[in-house]
Amino acid sequence: MSTALRPYAAVVRARFSVLLQYRAAALAGFLTQCWWGGIKVMVLTAFFTATAGAPMTLPQAIDYVWLGQALFTMLPWSGDPDVARMVRTGDVAYERLRPLDTYTFWYSRAVARRTANPALRAVPMLLTAGILFRLVGWSAYALRAPSGVEATLFFILSIALVVALSAAVSVLIDAITVATLSDRGATVLIAPLVIVLSGSLVPLPLFPDWMQPILRNQPFAGLMDTPFRIYSGHLAGGVAVLALGRQAFWVCALVILGRAVMRRVMSRLQTQGG
Amino acid sequence: MSHIIVEDLTKTFRVAERGDGPFGFLRRRKREVHALRSVSFSLREGELLGVIGPNGAGKSTTIKILCGILEPTSGRCEVGGLVPWRERIRHVARIGAVFGQRTQLWWDLPVADSFALLSDVYRVPPTEYRRAFDELVALLDLGRLLTTPVRQLSLGQRMRCEIAASMLHSPRVLFLDEPTIGLDAVAKLAVRDFVRVLNRDRGVTVILTTHDMHDVEALAERVIVIGHGQILADGTLASLRQNVLGERRLRIQFAEDVGDLAIPGTNLRQRSGRSVELSFDPRETPAHTLIAAIAARYDVEDVHVDEPPVDEVVARFYARHELEAR
Amino acid sequence: MNSLRLYGRYIATSIRSQRQYPTSLIMTSIGAFAATITDFIGIWALFARFRRLEGWGFGEVALLYGIVSVSFALADGLTRGFDVFGEQFVKTGDFDRLLVRPRSTVLQLLGYELRLTRIGRLGQGILAWGVGVHLSQMAGTATSWAILAFAVAGGIALFGGILLLQATLAFWTVESLELANTLTYGGVEAGQYPLDVYARWFRDFLVYVVPIGCISYFPVSVVLGRLPVMPYAFAPALGVAFLAVALRIWRFGVRRYTSTGS
Repeated sequence: MSTALRPYAAVVRARFSVLLQYRAAALAGFLTQCWWGGIKVMVLTAFFTATAGAPMTLPQAIDYVWLGQALFTMLPWSGDPDVARMVRTGDVAYERLRPLDTYTFWYSRAVARRTANPALRAVPMLLTAGILFRLVGWSAYALRAPSGVEATLFFILSIALVVALSAAVSVLIDAITVATLSDRGATVLIAPLVIVLSGSLVPLPLFPDWMQPILRNQPFAGLMDTPFRIYSGHLAGGVAVLALGRQAFWVCALVILGRAVMRRVMSRLQTQGG
Repeated sequence: MSHIIVEDLTKTFRVAERGDGPFGFLRRRKREVHALRSVSFSLREGELLGVIGPNGAGKSTTIKILCGILEPTSGRCEVGGLVPWRERIRHVARIGAVFGQRTQLWWDLPVADSFALLSDVYRVPPTEYRRAFDELVALLDLGRLLTTPVRQLSLGQRMRCEIAASMLHSPRVLFLDEPTIGLDAVAKLAVRDFVRVLNRDRGVTVILTTHDMHDVEALAERVIVIGHGQILADGTLASLRQNVLGERRLRIQFAEDVGDLAIPGTNLRQRSGRSVELSFDPRETPAHTLIAAIAARYDVEDVHVDEPPVDEVVARFYARHELEAR
Repeated sequence: MNSLRLYGRYIATSIRSQRQYPTSLIMTSIGAFAATITDFIGIWALFARFRRLEGWGFGEVALLYGIVSVSFALADGLTRGFDVFGEQFVKTGDFDRLLVRPRSTVLQLLGYELRLTRIGRLGQGILAWGVGVHLSQMAGTATSWAILAFAVAGGIALFGGILLLQATLAFWTVESLELANTLTYGGVEAGQYPLDVYARWFRDFLVYVVPIGCISYFPVSVVLGRLPVMPYAFAPALGVAFLAVALRIWRFGVRRYTSTGS
């Protein structure tokens, strides 16, 4: 491993070993995901069977729900709890004792958080919704395989962009937390926005048609909506490429924004102290 | 050549104060606080400097500037040829820092994992890390702590680990901000022994702030007293003593009842029965002359000559400079 | 001092201490409002798209949503002591302190804290309820309101019972307490929709095991004229029964704790 990347890789490893200490929490999380996903699937099934003309098919919506349950810990609905704790105790300045660029350091920590948790939680959820459901005869409620080879490749690419985007939002929340000396503002404002605008609450295509142009062009769509629609074939071909482009654009934009905010916050920290 | 140079360092904070009432956080007032006013000193490589002073005197501000996490308002500061806050990343890779009330270890991880993670953060080559690790574990007797998560360590155990953590990348300069705060007597001794080894045997330059004068007495050849953001004294502990409270204490246990004592050149401090404590100035009356004079007149059982306790010296010094002791 | 006055004393103390940090209180309440109203936005979006759900319109589902939200917000606000029981009482051994006092342990835990920030969730529940009353064909009679009030009472008992079971679980393990969230927050989620949408076995679970349907679906159906008053208006009594069972289990847990001394 190159020495340049070494600190950041170490952070990811550390995150996994911390998480593995909390297996009971993961089990509880898994059951909650099943319950939530089950309700959503049943509710959507009832809606879809009563009314025709929805902008996506029921199986596509069901895929969307299960993927959302499997990967919801990828959502940046809060900043880094370590940063919030450091802000409370006044230790943030001491982060500057590390011989690393603080943005990159925190970004790599965010990447660690946004991959370690989902990696642990996604597998049982996907196996349950994709295979177990079929075995017990709930095929109608089950998660399907990706809609094709192209969809699979694009989905993987899109998930990579989700991690990058989610980490960018997380670090932005961290920077705001340091700037406002509290993680409350960010959590109060950003968490509900992320949950609604990512599609985690209701698949974005099901929102009213007049809202679609707005929903398509906001950054949070790249956190769930884009990969999930690619997976089920709801977005394909040129439209899918365009959606990936939008995701990539928001990654760049939010990293640039985050770096700018971080630079200001850190220079103030450097003159004002923790 | 000086390893650490500090010249005319000043630091002014603008502090926002909350207004009153439930929405007070919306109305902030600004106030200027002068944390440092023209601080200058320099340090050779391998020196051990103790920095003392009451809370809020400017000790921590000085250390933070030297560590590169705080930028001064004006003045010059170099550590090993680098300006700490301007070349932060290069600078902090070469120093070690322990802040007594903060932790740099990962709360949920076993100590050994925290060490490994830090070696990655500081990009320590594996063989060098192995060597430093084994050495520190032996020196600080960490063997049994390595598999314990940090959250389960006692304060003394944690501090030993913190100091080891700050030395994994073999820095040439070590900053210790109140490293013995809250520790029990045994842990304090362990910390002092280790710092002494680092400084005397390895030649690591150490800057130590503390409230515990025994740390200074045990470790530092040189002491700086900071108060009101200024350096009030800079020299050996002995010279500080000389300036502030140069007297000696003579405790005598008489073998017989003595009446009124009138010994020239001394003041009576305490007396109970046959034991008496006198103070005298050794520059005017050397101790041996005094003892000889007393022994010639009375039947003496036992004699002790002491310096005043260092706490008393410092308290006197603070009082003279109208500093609030903590 | 009788129990009610003691409880009042506890609550007054709790309110006083929370008022020490008004900014935090206001911000957290707003946050709770924003976080919980998103669920209602989701329901609105689905109805804007599909219009009807198993014969239920938006206003009617809003009524269900309102009842469940209000019940849960009140129960959750009142029972902070149950919620933190494992962490703050069992792990630390502070439960012994409650046991040496000549008062019921449940009363002392209820008095631990009245969570004012739950006003955010309560507020959005009342808002949804208002939307429901406005848009649905609910009969605005005194009987209807009495039925709904009884539903909320039953709901508070039911959710209080679930939270009490969560606390009881702490006598055995402090690790898997998150499981209870499936029943509380998950129960709120399930109770927001008419039972008709669920599979048969899940519907039975929500009526006979954890009777969330009994405190929302049945009484709301009655005030909408879809189900007869007898016996469905009295369904929320099952919530109270659930609490009674939970209290029995709690006492069993306390006895076990005091006999093993662990």
